Amino acid sequence: MVVGVARYLGARLAERLSAEPGIGHVVGVDLVEPTQSIGGAEFVRADIRTSDIGRAIDRVAPDTVVHMNILATRADAGGRTPQKEINVIGTMQLLAACQRSPSVRKVVVKSSTTVYGSGPQAPALFAEDMVSGAHARRGYEKDAGEVEAYVRGFSRRRPDVGVTILRFTNVLGPDIRTALSEYFVLPVVPVVLGRDPRFQLVHEEDCVDALRLATVEHRPGIFNVAGDGFLVLSQALRRAGRPALPLPTLRSPFVGGIMKRTGIVDMDSALVRFLTYGRGVDTTRMRTQLKFEPLYSTVATFDAFAGARTRGGLLDRDRIRAVEHAVRGVLTGEDTRGR
Amino acid sequence: MADSPLPGLLDRIASTAGRVLRDRLGVDGERLDELVAFAGRRLTGEFEVDPFGFDPELTETVLLPLLRPLYRHWFRVEVRGIENIPDTGAALVAANHSGTLPVDSLMTQLAVHDTHPKARHLRALGATLVFQLPVVADLARKSGTTLACNEDVEALLSGGELVGVWPEGFKGVGKPFSQRYKLQRFGRGGFVSAALRTKAPIIPCSIVGAEEIYPMIGNAESLARLLGLPYFPLTPTFPWLGPLGLVPLPSKWIIEFGEPIRTDDYPPGAADDPMVVFELTDQVRDTIQATLTELLELRGTAFG
Repeated sequence: MVVGVARYLGARLAERLSAEPGIGHVVGVDLVEPTQSIGGAEFVRADIRTSDIGRAIDRVAPDTVVHMNILATRADAGGRTPQKEINVIGTMQLLAACQRSPSVRKVVVKSSTTVYGSGPQAPALFAEDMVSGAHARRGYEKDAGEVEAYVRGFSRRRPDVGVTILRFTNVLGPDIRTALSEYFVLPVVPVVLGRDPRFQLVHEEDCVDALRLATVEHRPGIFNVAGDGFLVLSQALRRAGRPALPLPTLRSPFVGGIMKRTGIVDMDSALVRFLTYGRGVDTTRMRTQLKFEPLYSTVATFDAFAGARTRGGLLDRDRIRAVEHAVRGVLTGEDTRGR
Repeated sequence: MADSPLPGLLDRIASTAGRVLRDRLGVDGERLDELVAFAGRRLTGEFEVDPFGFDPELTETVLLPLLRPLYRHWFRVEVRGIENIPDTGAALVAANHSGTLPVDSLMTQLAVHDTHPKARHLRALGATLVFQLPVVADLARKSGTTLACNEDVEALLSGGELVGVWPEGFKGVGKPFSQRYKLQRFGRGGFVSAALRTKAPIIPCSIVGAEEIYPMIGNAESLARLLGLPYFPLTPTFPWLGPLGLVPLPSKWIIEFGEPIRTDDYPPGAADDPMVVFELTDQVRDTIQATLTELLELRGTAFG
């Protein structure tokens, strides 16, 4: 059973699982009908915030529940209040239903590395057991932490159920739409003056693959999932051919308001902190215990995204390369065209 | 493109311009070509940073060359004992800290890179304050500095990196001029635990000269509190001369790397044994203090 099937990754996972021969029956749950193909999966309408979800679980009696209904952006939920309700109350309802259900043997939760927060005191690489400083959290960071706390509570009460928490770094790719992807598509990208955060990405294909692996195999535990290598923001913008607009702060109501009102991108405090301080996570456990190898590195993920979404920016890489070649040609007196 | 006359004309102009630049004006074509290629790589984002945000290309091409004149001509840094730094593998360089602004860590980084036969990069550890400041935080990360916390130190050392630590911290950099060359307390010895855990040798490093660059004769404590800084220095020139007061005094520097102290023959669990940690910490501290006294005599006057 895939909860949160109306969203891009949920639909992709349901489609993927339903095509797999070893899996009997796939059910996708969400409040609204998925706009995308979910393959052979059956759609069940249920509101995760109410006991609806309990009834759905009683009726379907799934052996594995994949919880993907944790929303990172308030725009997806229609505001901060519904976002919090879906994330926190929704998780509580879902876990309560799973706890009651005798059929459930495995729970997979799609969490995010946002639980670590980001700030000047953060170590360069967060390992899975280094969640701290929950007091300073607001918004989605707080939700993500609380959701995991409920999941830990659940696994204490149902030790017979295998629980896998996958903490993904930001997911990007040619198709997925997230706050970060829309941010990079802006013609001129606002950045924090004097800050060049570093970050990791995971490709949408790798994300679905990792969720599939956790669903099909038995790999209980908490795992960071990220592509190899790092990008810094300035580097990413150059790869996307986007000029940066340094602002003293992205948090000001003025900047945030303009971007929100024009519907360009909705930046909440967690995203602003991320774009100020960046974050890095350790993926040793992903390799050794989850036994998952992402196909795309961070840079390859970004390039796949940029190739599909950000062609022809003001500072397009091809233009810069052409200028570079022309200038080098002048300097060395060689014809560098065609290289 | 070849059959249109315009590019042909452009090519001719370009090659003539190139020839004039190279032959008449004596511009070094190779060097310029490299610079343009470098600019191209930067502008298209074709470079790599490691998990700690270290950008070796930027460090070598831009950041270190900017510091080099200060290192060579202003402070006339003399390096001794560079052979004590291994060619490969992890080692932890522990040094005294002074000078109001942490110029000494920058100079040590440059000293290691420029005098070591393998041109190794010293990965420095910085305080939280460094990572709170805009611009500074980025430059620090890009030049290989990371936060002084156990996780990062152990990750770097297990990765076989050369790590630099200034265990006195703010107590060292921000001490008054009257306390010069008197080592302050070495914190809790976290750096020793990290070295023990990763079995990396500790190389004591003594820096003479940094004390005189901004002699701190006073501390405006209330102003520091207001700005959220650990201290607000008053020197003979700062803040009285404004930005001119930021020019460091041209003292003569000596950086000496001492003999490595081995940490691989301790029993497992030694890293959590406070006795072992304090003893090793004291050993490192005493070595640096003794070397400082020797070097001071050797140097003679501060501005000679």
